[in-house]
Amino acid sequence: MLSHSDLSAIWLTAQLASTVTAVLLVIGTPIAWWLAHTHSWWRRPVAAIIAMPLVLPPTVMGFYLLLFMAPQGWLGQLTQSLGMGSLVFTFWGLVVGSVIYSLPFVVQPLYNALLALGERPLEVAATLGAGPWDRFVSVVLPMARSGFITAAALGFAHTVGEFGVVLMIGGNIPEETRVISVLLYDHVEALDYARAHWLSGGLVVFSFLLLLMLYGLQKTPSASRAH
Amino acid sequence: MDNTASQNTGLDLRFQLMRGNGADAFALDIDVTLPGSGITALFGPSGSGKTTVLRCIAGLERAQIGHCYLNGQCWQRDDYFLATHRRAIGYVFQESSLFPHLSAEGNLRYGMKRGRRSKDNRHFCELVELMDIGSLLGRLPHTLSGGERQRVAIARALLVAPDILLMDEPLAALDTRRRLDILPYLESLRSELKVPVIYVSHAIDEVMRLADGAVILEQGKVVAQGSVADVFSSPDIPLDADGSTGVIWEGVVSSVDNQWQLMNIRCGDMDTWLPASEHQVGQRVRMRILARDVSVALSDHTDSSIVNRLPATVTDIVESTTEPTVLIHLKAGRQTLLAHVTRRSAEHLKLHVGSRVWAQIKSAAISR
Repeated sequence: MLSHSDLSAIWLTAQLASTVTAVLLVIGTPIAWWLAHTHSWWRRPVAAIIAMPLVLPPTVMGFYLLLFMAPQGWLGQLTQSLGMGSLVFTFWGLVVGSVIYSLPFVVQPLYNALLALGERPLEVAATLGAGPWDRFVSVVLPMARSGFITAAALGFAHTVGEFGVVLMIGGNIPEETRVISVLLYDHVEALDYARAHWLSGGLVVFSFLLLLMLYGLQKTPSASRAH
Repeated sequence: MDNTASQNTGLDLRFQLMRGNGADAFALDIDVTLPGSGITALFGPSGSGKTTVLRCIAGLERAQIGHCYLNGQCWQRDDYFLATHRRAIGYVFQESSLFPHLSAEGNLRYGMKRGRRSKDNRHFCELVELMDIGSLLGRLPHTLSGGERQRVAIARALLVAPDILLMDEPLAALDTRRRLDILPYLESLRSELKVPVIYVSHAIDEVMRLADGAVILEQGKVVAQGSVADVFSSPDIPLDADGSTGVIWEGVVSSVDNQWQLMNIRCGDMDTWLPASEHQVGQRVRMRILARDVSVALSDHTDSSIVNRLPATVTDIVESTTEPTVLIHLKAGRQTLLAHVTRRSAEHLKLHVGSRVWAQIKSAAISR
């Protein structure tokens, strides 16, 4: 069964994934919005940079993040000058790393949803007297709802499942940075396959249920239009 | 900043806008004042800039240079630009623009809730009745037909109690039958509405049925402006899809002859007879007389099958550069007429400015 350290790793992972998902939705939405609406030359380079974590090995990401966050790195110097110390081997260091690593998984579905939405519903809302924030809440959120749910679920699941970045910048500190995937690695290294099964099986079931929910949300193609 | 102009009611527009470059560059450059009541058609071929003008009025697009005043209230001037949601407009888009996640009633109330003035339910009930959408209120947009959606969209635009109604080809996405279904609703609006309507269209029949005035746009410029009858009676403005020119006469149904199924329409000081339709005696009608449906004779051919023969005077003869015809400008009483005649016939009849002739009208199409 699950030991105390297993439960604490699960709780830590849930905290991390929830925090990261919240941060990702807040910063991913304006980025996706900008990508969907801009005609700027910068669109392609920015889109490419955001998509980098899709192709880079997580350890490469983790290595550079480690350098940036270290006391000598520019991010490390910034956090130190703000009195927060170095982020390396801390929970918030993991949050920063995970946000960057999971960004494309949130931006991409949001971008697709906002692109599909187009300008027209917003123009319509404006002609009916809705201001910018009102338009976002009353038109964008409900009309792009499934895009937001997909983005949140993918961001959450991807953060739960990451390993390389966590190991590089977080290490293996109980109740601070030891998340499920790291603990699982420990179990396997210690040849404790029984406990490894509990964690792995749990993640398999969790992932299946999450994806089942996502596909359940998607509109069936048979939604017919009356003409 | 003083945002009220000293002058008059109506819509005072000046827009200069450049878009694109090279072959697909588009430049809009207009400076017009549109009346503060009635329906004004913005008419022109696609790409002439009529929708752009409408979007500039709504603030959905910003002309680099220009101004926009409605009834003296400033919406755009120099560096000042009022955001769309602060302008007292109603806007009907070309295609269905209902919010798919809201029911028909939810769509209607969306604008009402954010309304600039009216929140009273009486207005709501009146419009629902006028547009005949009472039975649709609970339904989602995707279950409505194209015509039903547009009726809901029109009611929604009016429920914000706008100072001006902007309509961008509201019937263009509908097939002919549905267009005919919805036109009567628009006609009933015309008599109910107290605010001016700017109606963008490239369909001459809609304009003839609905509009009081018209502005003709071509390649981003105003080429004609005035009453529908005046503007479309110009020999430069084609009246149908084939590019035929003609005139528009406005008249009143003065009598109906049930024996011959004809009705008499008095246009100015001229009487014409047309096949009787559902029109009532006393009703105002417009009719379109194409130049190719008018022929010219030197005497009154009482032995002709053509019913409408009017005495007229030639006021101008314009040679066509492309066809073996001339366009004869005629004055019949106070009315003008255009007639296409072959150059040979014009020569044969010795037509010249001042000739007294009989104009024979082979057919005329009634709208309104």
